[in-house]
Amino acid sequence: MQQLLTTTLTGLVLGAVYAAFALALVMIWRSTRVVNFAQAPMAMLTTYIALVIIEAGHSFWLGFVAALLAGLVLGAVVERVLVRPVEGKGDLNAVILTLGLFIVLHSVAALVFGSRYRSFPAPFGVRGIEVGGTTVALTGFGIFTILAVVVVMGLLVLLFRFTDVGLRMRASAHSPEVARLLGVRVGRMLTLGWALAAVVGSLAGLLIAGGGLVHPGYMDAVVVYGFVAAVLGGLDSPGGAVAGGVLLGLCLSFVSGYLGSELVAMAALLILVAVLLVKPSGLFATTAHRRV
Amino acid sequence: MSPSTPRTTADRWRRRTAAATATVLTCALATACGAGQDRDDAESPADRVGVTDDTIKVGGHFPLTGVAAPGYSEIPSGHQAFYDFVNAEGGVGGREIEFVAKDDAYNPTNTTQVTNELVLSDEIFGMVGGLGTPTHGAAIDFLNDEGVPDLFVSSGSRQWGETPEEYPMTFGWQPDYVIEGKVMGQWIAENMPDARVGLLLQDDDLGADGEAGVREFIDDQIVEVVSYTPSNTDIAPQLAQLQAADVDLVIGFSVPSFTALSQLVALRLGFDPQWMYTNVGSDPSLVGSLLATFSEGAVADGASLLDGVITTEYIPGVDAPEDPWVQLWQRVWDEYGEEGEPLTNYRIYGMSQAYTLVQALQAAGDDLTREGVVAAIEEAGGDFEGPGLAPFRYSADSHLGLSGMRVVQLEGGVGQPLTPVLTSDLGDAEVTEDESAAGDAPPESGIPDVEPVG
Amino acid sequence: MPALRPRLGSSPLLRHLLVALVGGAVALAVLTAVDDFRAGQLAAMAYLGIAAAGLTVLTGLNGQLSLGHGAFMAIGAYTAALFLGDVEPAAPLAVVLLAATAVASLVGLVVGLAAARLHGPYLAGATLALAVAVPGLAIYFGDTLGGEQGLSVRVPEPPAWFADLLFFLTAVDPSRGRFVAYLSWFVLIVVLVLLANLSQSRVGRTWRAVRDHEVAAELAGISLTRARVVAFVVSAATAGLAGALMAMVVRLTAPSGFTLTLSLTLLTAVVLGGLGSLAGALIGAALLTFLPQVVTGIGSDLGLDDVQSAELAPLVYGVVMILVILLAPAGLVGTLQGWRLRRRAAAGPAAPAVPATARPSDPTRPSDPTRPSDPTHPTHPTHPTDKAGRA
Repeated sequence: MQQLLTTTLTGLVLGAVYAAFALALVMIWRSTRVVNFAQAPMAMLTTYIALVIIEAGHSFWLGFVAALLAGLVLGAVVERVLVRPVEGKGDLNAVILTLGLFIVLHSVAALVFGSRYRSFPAPFGVRGIEVGGTTVALTGFGIFTILAVVVVMGLLVLLFRFTDVGLRMRASAHSPEVARLLGVRVGRMLTLGWALAAVVGSLAGLLIAGGGLVHPGYMDAVVVYGFVAAVLGGLDSPGGAVAGGVLLGLCLSFVSGYLGSELVAMAALLILVAVLLVKPSGLFATTAHRRV
Repeated sequence: MSPSTPRTTADRWRRRTAAATATVLTCALATACGAGQDRDDAESPADRVGVTDDTIKVGGHFPLTGVAAPGYSEIPSGHQAFYDFVNAEGGVGGREIEFVAKDDAYNPTNTTQVTNELVLSDEIFGMVGGLGTPTHGAAIDFLNDEGVPDLFVSSGSRQWGETPEEYPMTFGWQPDYVIEGKVMGQWIAENMPDARVGLLLQDDDLGADGEAGVREFIDDQIVEVVSYTPSNTDIAPQLAQLQAADVDLVIGFSVPSFTALSQLVALRLGFDPQWMYTNVGSDPSLVGSLLATFSEGAVADGASLLDGVITTEYIPGVDAPEDPWVQLWQRVWDEYGEEGEPLTNYRIYGMSQAYTLVQALQAAGDDLTREGVVAAIEEAGGDFEGPGLAPFRYSADSHLGLSGMRVVQLEGGVGQPLTPVLTSDLGDAEVTEDESAAGDAPPESGIPDVEPVG
Repeated sequence: MPALRPRLGSSPLLRHLLVALVGGAVALAVLTAVDDFRAGQLAAMAYLGIAAAGLTVLTGLNGQLSLGHGAFMAIGAYTAALFLGDVEPAAPLAVVLLAATAVASLVGLVVGLAAARLHGPYLAGATLALAVAVPGLAIYFGDTLGGEQGLSVRVPEPPAWFADLLFFLTAVDPSRGRFVAYLSWFVLIVVLVLLANLSQSRVGRTWRAVRDHEVAAELAGISLTRARVVAFVVSAATAGLAGALMAMVVRLTAPSGFTLTLSLTLLTAVVLGGLGSLAGALIGAALLTFLPQVVTGIGSDLGLDDVQSAELAPLVYGVVMILVILLAPAGLVGTLQGWRLRRRAAAGPAAPAVPATARPSDPTRPSDPTRPSDPTHPTHPTHPTDKAGRA
């Protein structure tokens, strides 16, 4: 019974992290139709920035905010300098570009911060909460992780659905020509989309790092599972990303606990293929699939 | 091919014919050169490759980048520091040791390439400290085919030295995981005979060999076995399974990062068994420092989180600063190590291996050959006095490394011995006390002084 | 166009064979001239080139993006390793290579059937998961597949006739490593000839039609699913063959050799060289084989320590990737060809090098106007429906 509960709670927190990462991918996909493989190392870099600040003796939350701001700037810079020239030129070039950036950021982090393991603090403690004498496998930081992801998803939905900026961002993504005719500064909207996505990505990085170990490759597994989660949910839908993330987190936790940890990746593949064979555009695709 | 006018097509054909002719000529030329080659030239000095009157070149493959780089990438810097120290004192037999560390990113495909490069292009005399089981597995056949000494592999897999008739050039160094499992198993059988034991295994030779060793003694006490894959850092489901099996003692055959993770997850689950870890993953200063950051509101400090953890020890580490060996390593590191970088147990590991290499080269004598160094280790290696607590098993019949270790319990980040040094071997060899090598101290100069054999 | 077809196109096989013969002679000369270490590197380049060629056919000609071709290499490598283990006598080499190809084709068929329904990023996601999932199986079935330690591969002795022939030609007895290098290059050339012919045949035209215009292709009676699945199987078979050679070059097959990096490396090779171009795949493979070592060497010469110079290699590699995409988005081959076409267009009206129409909606094709759709195909501005109509 306790094993079941532990496995479920673990999967839930893990799923929240995948969801946060998937949200970042979805935002970039919505704004520029690019899958950003460099999301993970970008988040890794900003997490290191937080770590440097925290290790210098400042508070965790100062580092936290600094990492998010660094993400904002990094996202905007990457879009402006690197992604802009390949936008609209097809997936593959952008994919390769972000893969190149992936490798570069990895090396830069290893050169600047060294490649040894470092521990990343977690506020609210790392012990499970006690309920009626037994420990429940959920830490304060775990609860914070879940709440943070829910809040971010809510904010994104609000942004896209109910604000002017959100509307302009959506217009820029879906039909840049028309948007331009209507006076939307499309370029700025795309930059904003990347910047916001990088903030969400940085948040995911911090949530994964909290209470765990950090090294230049600590986000690598999340690249795959976060992407799978985003695809599961349908790349267009923030709600889908969260649902996909939580679904994946739970499934993988159960596979790991009851079947074997080496089968986790295979399970992710099977879940993904099974879902996509039934719904080729993911569970929660909001737009009809565009045939290309 | 692009369409074009007939004129340009004709042009293209002409150009192509010219290219083909040139190629054939090149080919013929190369063939002629090949035929003219003197076959003796290539063969005679093969046994002395990498050795000149004043240098000896050795090298190894290490994960300097990638997922395995944290920690392991420090080992070659330990090697380098010790060779610099020896070279400053005149080297070995008047020869300076040149050490080349190549990155394989812990990927066997890369290991093959860098091993080729070390042997064929850099022309090393021998390999030293090549790191990792799957990685070195890609190099061992080639090194033995080419007759290159393959010394002191940085891994505790039993393949490095179990079958010298098959791999005559390969020598292990650290105690293999099987005897570590046996030493642990015997201690449990004697001291905790009623404990329900759970195993937390890394899903490679570390876990498999360790389990085999432990089972020699406490097969019937083991009630649950779980394994983790290093690429998946979430091990809560595994620990939940151990918790559900109601075990009193968990033996972790894990690497340091997963030792730290298992402690963190145990806190989260409120799981509090007696912990026992392999030496590979128990480095108290490293794991303690990783855990220290989580002290806020949870535990007093990182090292104390490890208090009571049982592990083993086969060379002294940074937790024993009074040990004469550690004092030597500190002295060498302060003078020749990388500035601003601390002495770590990985660097001590590298320096300890380097120390053994210097001993082997001294034993081989001034007339240094590849065959000679192998013969010298087989003959004299069992008597090398070094930082190892137990003697090496080197002989003509076995190329396995150190023969034993002692069981220790961590208190305040320092290992307190629970047993004398216990030695054993593969298979059903008994575990026996052997303190013969535990009292070795380094010579005053810090440089080994081994008599040449023969 | 009709006037050109008979002359250049009527005997593509002959033309390809001639190029292959010349290429083979050059390869033989180079492999004989270089030392053992370079021969080993060239062998690595050959298997990367084979796999990249298979991928470029899938992605460039058929428009399916695969981030998981390393998985098919793993399948080929494990098949070969099972044959070339400690069992004596080992099976004939041709059998080993064919078996690896066949097993990879079978898996490719299954994956291809699923992939045919997926598009763009969804296919990318599925193949990405495939790349990560397959090595885990080797650990799960550790008893047969050797687990994390992997299976060691015994490199077969060169057959006597080969050793004699080579000794006759070069006066050197080939070492096993060198034999594998010759073998790899031989296979590489055979594969390139086969793929070049395939892409010019009716099958290749079908693939391009499906890539460029699904609806038109369907109207012309082409089964989209079938075309996609066939392309996937061919590509997977090629990767499996490359994997078998890789197993012999590496002498070991272990899960850690088939990380995601391998799959991404293949894709990089394809894009660096020029998408859809077989020559480009080869150039990309060469870059990826030789660049890291050169850069690390430069790093050491500059006085960086071991770890820093080791990190320098991926850094430069990543920077090169980014620069190629930004400055030469059609890849090295495509850019060169575009440059040549432009020059010829400027030289006179005889060569009508009208840019291909850009199709921004196509997810896998950069719309660089100077980029030819592929090197084995005329760069005429043929409208996609033309091709479909003919096919």
